[in-house]
Amino acid sequence: MDFFYMLMPISGVTIFWPGLIILGIGVGIIGGFFGMGGAWMVTPGLNILGFPMAFAIGTDIAHMAGKSLVSTMRHGKFGNVDYKLGIVMLVGTIVGFEIGAQMIMWFERIGKVELYVRWLYVGLLTFIAWMVFHDVAKRKEKERAAKAAGQEIDKLATGIEWHKTIHKIKIPPMMHFNQAGFTCSIWAPVFVSFMTGWLAGILGIGGGLIRMPALIYFIGCPTHVAVGTDLFEVMISGLYGAGTYTYKGRTELVAAVIMLIGAAMGAQVGTVATKYIKGYGIRIAFGIAVLGCMASIIMKLLPRYIDGIKAFMDDLSTATVLIVVSSLSLYIFVKMLQGARREIAMKNGKA
Amino acid sequence: MRKLFTCAVLGLMMLPQLAFAAGGGGSAVVIVADTRKTTGWEAWFANLYNDSHLYFALLTVVAIPIIGVVFGVAADFIMHHIGLDLKSRDLAEH
Repeated sequence: MDFFYMLMPISGVTIFWPGLIILGIGVGIIGGFFGMGGAWMVTPGLNILGFPMAFAIGTDIAHMAGKSLVSTMRHGKFGNVDYKLGIVMLVGTIVGFEIGAQMIMWFERIGKVELYVRWLYVGLLTFIAWMVFHDVAKRKEKERAAKAAGQEIDKLATGIEWHKTIHKIKIPPMMHFNQAGFTCSIWAPVFVSFMTGWLAGILGIGGGLIRMPALIYFIGCPTHVAVGTDLFEVMISGLYGAGTYTYKGRTELVAAVIMLIGAAMGAQVGTVATKYIKGYGIRIAFGIAVLGCMASIIMKLLPRYIDGIKAFMDDLSTATVLIVVSSLSLYIFVKMLQGARREIAMKNGKA
Repeated sequence: MRKLFTCAVLGLMMLPQLAFAAGGGGSAVVIVADTRKTTGWEAWFANLYNDSHLYFALLTVVAIPIIGVVFGVAADFIMHHIGLDLKSRDLAEH
């Protein structure tokens, strides 16, 4: 049994290392599939393994950088990464993030940081979940209307079409984004990424959870391109974050490498799974992930208002996140296997 | 127009410096790795961390992408060997 426990040289704790690999695989699959880094999933997982929280964020960001690099390379081969759009949005993200981080320091000075940040997070996740399921419902409505008229719905039709209003803004310079397949004012993605970066800076997260739906609903990227382009940004911010957190002495590199072994392979599985699942399938699964994240944060907030339930709610919150991560990564893995079997059977049939 | 755009982008990238004028937080707690329990490569690792966070950060920034790519390529190889097309996908709807 000693073989399964490893001493972490920086933090000095002994960790069950297969648990790190399993956590890495689950987070890698979900990250490669949805285009997010997954900090909200990793922290409870590391908590369960007894990992010191002082190193949790830096270790997570370090492994996320490697995992996102692998996913971006794979999504790039599929034509899912709009590099021009990613670089344009990076400018807004960096500026917004720094302003958000400064606002956090202001909240700290007035002593309200945890409360404000958690309620803001809950509000934001509620909005994102509503946006996703409202979009799905509207598209289904369009499908029914098309069927009633004896027609097939346009494959590229979407429920929510807010991006069309944003594309009408003609402030120069205008830019064409090849992979995303539209032309718009450069200020639109800069402004959207500024807002998502600002929120990420306040919430202390990577931003994939916010940026992916923003790319779909406000910029108008097809789902797969939103996933790939978001991962490109997560990769860059992850590398920067890995460097800066490690320089501050907050990364347990051995743990990051062990997680990365699982995550790099999981990310390939998640990325390839996007070949076999339609865009709206990805959106619905994303909506479920957002609901799971929101539930876990509400559980962490309740002890403020109800006495004597803190320990129970903390455990329930961790369990909720782990159940959501396990179920989603299993679902994605099974879909990938089914799609792979079909593809291989078709290839053998042709041969 | 292009020069104006470039200047605007560079100006935007300098904005964080203005934001920092609001003042940062206090200095961070320094963590020191306990090398008494470590031997071999673990001791070397912990000593590198204690001696220089800069070199440790450089090691992190170099090692993480390399390790990620190695294991990603390994997964690639397995999937390609199984017979999956890893270079293209059907044009998907939204």
